[in-house]
Amino acid sequence: MYRLGIDVGGTNTDAVIMRDREVLAGFKAATTQDVTTGVIEALEGAIGKCGVDRAQIDKVMIGTTHFTNAVIERKHINPVAAIRLGLPATACLPPMVDWPAELRTAAGDNGYLVRGGYEFDGREIAPLDEEELDRICDDINVRKTKVASISSVFSPINQEMEKTAREHLLRKCPDLSVVVSSDIGRIGLLERESAAIMNASLLALSERTVDAFASALESAGLNCAFFITQNDGTLMGAEMVKRFPVLTFASGPTNSMRGAAFLTGERDGIVVDIGGTTTDVGALQHGFPRQAATVVDIGGVRTNFRMPDVFSLGLGGGSLVRRSDDGEVTVGPQSVGFRITSEARVFGGDTLTATDVAVARGEADVGDGSRVTDLDPDTIEKAREAITMMLQRAVERSRISPEPIPVIAVGGGSILMPEKLADLDVVRPENFAVANAVGAAIAQISGEVDRIYSLENGLTRETCLKQAEEEATKKAVASGASPETIETIEREDVPLAYLPGNATRIHVKVVGEMGGSDAVAAG
Amino acid sequence: MSSYTITENEMEAIATGGAFLGTGGGGDPYIGKLMAQSAIAQHGSVKVIPPEDVPDDWLCVPVCMMGAPTVMVEKLPSGDEAGRALEQLEAFLGRKADALICIEAGGLNSTIPFAVAAATGLPLIDGDGMGRAFPELQMVSFTMQGVAATPMVITDEKGNSSVINAISNLWTERLARSQTVEMGGAALVALYPMSGAEVKKSILRNTLSLIFEIGSIITGERSENRNPAAALIERLNGKRLLTGRVVDIERKTEGGFARGQATLKGMDDDEGRTFKVNFQNEFLIALNDKDEALAVTPDLICALDADGGLPVTTEQLRYGLAITMMGLPCDAQWRTEAGIKLVGPGYFGYPQAYTPLEELPL
Repeated sequence: MYRLGIDVGGTNTDAVIMRDREVLAGFKAATTQDVTTGVIEALEGAIGKCGVDRAQIDKVMIGTTHFTNAVIERKHINPVAAIRLGLPATACLPPMVDWPAELRTAAGDNGYLVRGGYEFDGREIAPLDEEELDRICDDINVRKTKVASISSVFSPINQEMEKTAREHLLRKCPDLSVVVSSDIGRIGLLERESAAIMNASLLALSERTVDAFASALESAGLNCAFFITQNDGTLMGAEMVKRFPVLTFASGPTNSMRGAAFLTGERDGIVVDIGGTTTDVGALQHGFPRQAATVVDIGGVRTNFRMPDVFSLGLGGGSLVRRSDDGEVTVGPQSVGFRITSEARVFGGDTLTATDVAVARGEADVGDGSRVTDLDPDTIEKAREAITMMLQRAVERSRISPEPIPVIAVGGGSILMPEKLADLDVVRPENFAVANAVGAAIAQISGEVDRIYSLENGLTRETCLKQAEEEATKKAVASGASPETIETIEREDVPLAYLPGNATRIHVKVVGEMGGSDAVAAG
Repeated sequence: MSSYTITENEMEAIATGGAFLGTGGGGDPYIGKLMAQSAIAQHGSVKVIPPEDVPDDWLCVPVCMMGAPTVMVEKLPSGDEAGRALEQLEAFLGRKADALICIEAGGLNSTIPFAVAAATGLPLIDGDGMGRAFPELQMVSFTMQGVAATPMVITDEKGNSSVINAISNLWTERLARSQTVEMGGAALVALYPMSGAEVKKSILRNTLSLIFEIGSIITGERSENRNPAAALIERLNGKRLLTGRVVDIERKTEGGFARGQATLKGMDDDEGRTFKVNFQNEFLIALNDKDEALAVTPDLICALDADGGLPVTTEQLRYGLAITMMGLPCDAQWRTEAGIKLVGPGYFGYPQAYTPLEELPL
């Protein structure tokens, strides 16, 4: 049996066909406005290259930046009834208070505050105000709002009130789609609530997009199950993505790093993904991207999604190489971008780019090498030095130990990478140009628990961690992971400051292979 | 110094500077910043006046948040808690407050008083009681100058409140701490009511101007793609302690406080060295590979993310994070015998004696 991995990026749509751990073929196509055409072109390209029988493809995994781009571009966003349960607490900062004005307007700028919510120890702040919910239902019916979000204070420790409120809304507004915040995020009300509202506003788009993927696969004669990757490099079923599009945010860099880990077999290393204009650098730990510590902005909104800690620099295959009057040579950040295939010297143009430097030095063999034989050797040497220094500094930033870990070069522009960066060896996997589609093809299933525990009455930290681990495992299995492959990848506890009673916040995440899969992921 | 106003936009710099002087603790000022910005948008900017302009007979009151910042990011305030605490304290004292004080120029409490000042229209005095963040409410210069923490009013968002009268500021801390837990882990308080004359004697001066300046330096340096550490060290008369990556982090909760130790492997100029940093909510002691102290509380130990240049809290510390740490001399009041007893290494249970930053090795 084969698996098909597809990465739908802003510029390119890539596809790979894999059998177990082997990449049989990869193909790059341009992303199209309707998504479907690009997906079909890429997957037909990959299938055609290796000639596999498409009836033998039993799983399709798709990575996409479509939903992130919708938020960034403020497109396809629907108005949301944003309901918060927490009064009398939280009144000072209503829903969407810290959003950019134009995004808030696009999402309907329609927040409701209702009595309810929990304390950190599970007591109710106030009983749920069902009469107020009735009034909100009337308002929703009058405004013909189609989607709602519900966020209750401390819902990550108790979901009950959010669920009760959802049932209440659905009784009076049966056609409403309702998102509850505890399904999406962690402690941190504004961030979790914002994610829930964004999610609700994207539901219509996710329905359309997932259907477009489905019809693209169907018209290609692929009638198997398909999955979409989320921001931590694990998978969700297509039906889940329809309900939770925000969980795909930042899956792009995650897939390219996971793909790099897989293609090289490395569990720890620095991944350098060099494109046409920019380079993304991130660290791999235990085969997964290292996560960012600080809050992440999506389209100007503060969220607490776990995102890879990626550092970007303005260097790519299309970066302009310039020499100043005093002989100094600079590379980037300006770039010819996707026009490289017509403007770079080796492709018949007259702009000197980083790619021309690599070809002139015999480090790469693309385009017409005879067009760069007359270049000034001093400029070439200085440009090479500048590129190496930029890459070396970026790698040092992401380096997590003095151990000699490998640098893994992927992406179309990775011809710029030298053989060695300072004391670190550079690994250049086969199929480096389609690493993100490979990352999608090998994604795993996860389960996560993030909750505050009170370490009293003989309850120890170890017992709580164990409980959390068991619950996370159950969640992963329920989402389709096969139990015997489950592995814990995050396990941390942070004691809560300034509170007696030994309250501690525990976060556990487990991953496992997709059930029934004959493939094995990295390591 | 003369008086000036703080606008909605300028709260960004206050919050960034406040996070820096939080010395790793005190909670993320983000929520307080949003509260202050919305109060300023509704009621107008906040007037900040220098302590020397405060008449001796004024009633001046610090207002602040007490409890776990981790609770506050989930259970946001209703917004009127601090105002009610102030009103009830005024009722108890039988007179109106003339000005507000910031008790803690670091962390969440660096921004909360701006929200209350905007809502009440009262001026805020340029100064605070710590010059940084500390975990307990008796740890203020006001205690050192004999100002009583009580009568004090504590309120929650549900409408509960109580007046505390205690025999000492340490007892005030104990009583208020247990009420805070019952109220749901976070509460707003109005305490240390004092006269203008007492303000002039006890307040650490111009610290609100200082956090504004620090915030502006951090924003300015970052926009020029420079790490702000060098500029801050020069401006604040500080010392670069280390640049390194967290390679181990050990945490435990004792008596309601998050204690821990981070081990850092040096990088850049500190390549090849190892450091340890002890914290209890705030960073308290930094040690080099020979176990020699590099900086000791109450001197300030502040951390910036070595890549992004933003302040880092002890709760954000995790394996692999690269930080630059710097030591800053604390206010002279903290370096007295009484100051060391209140907030020195001994109070936090460390064996090291206090030695001023300037006399310590690098």
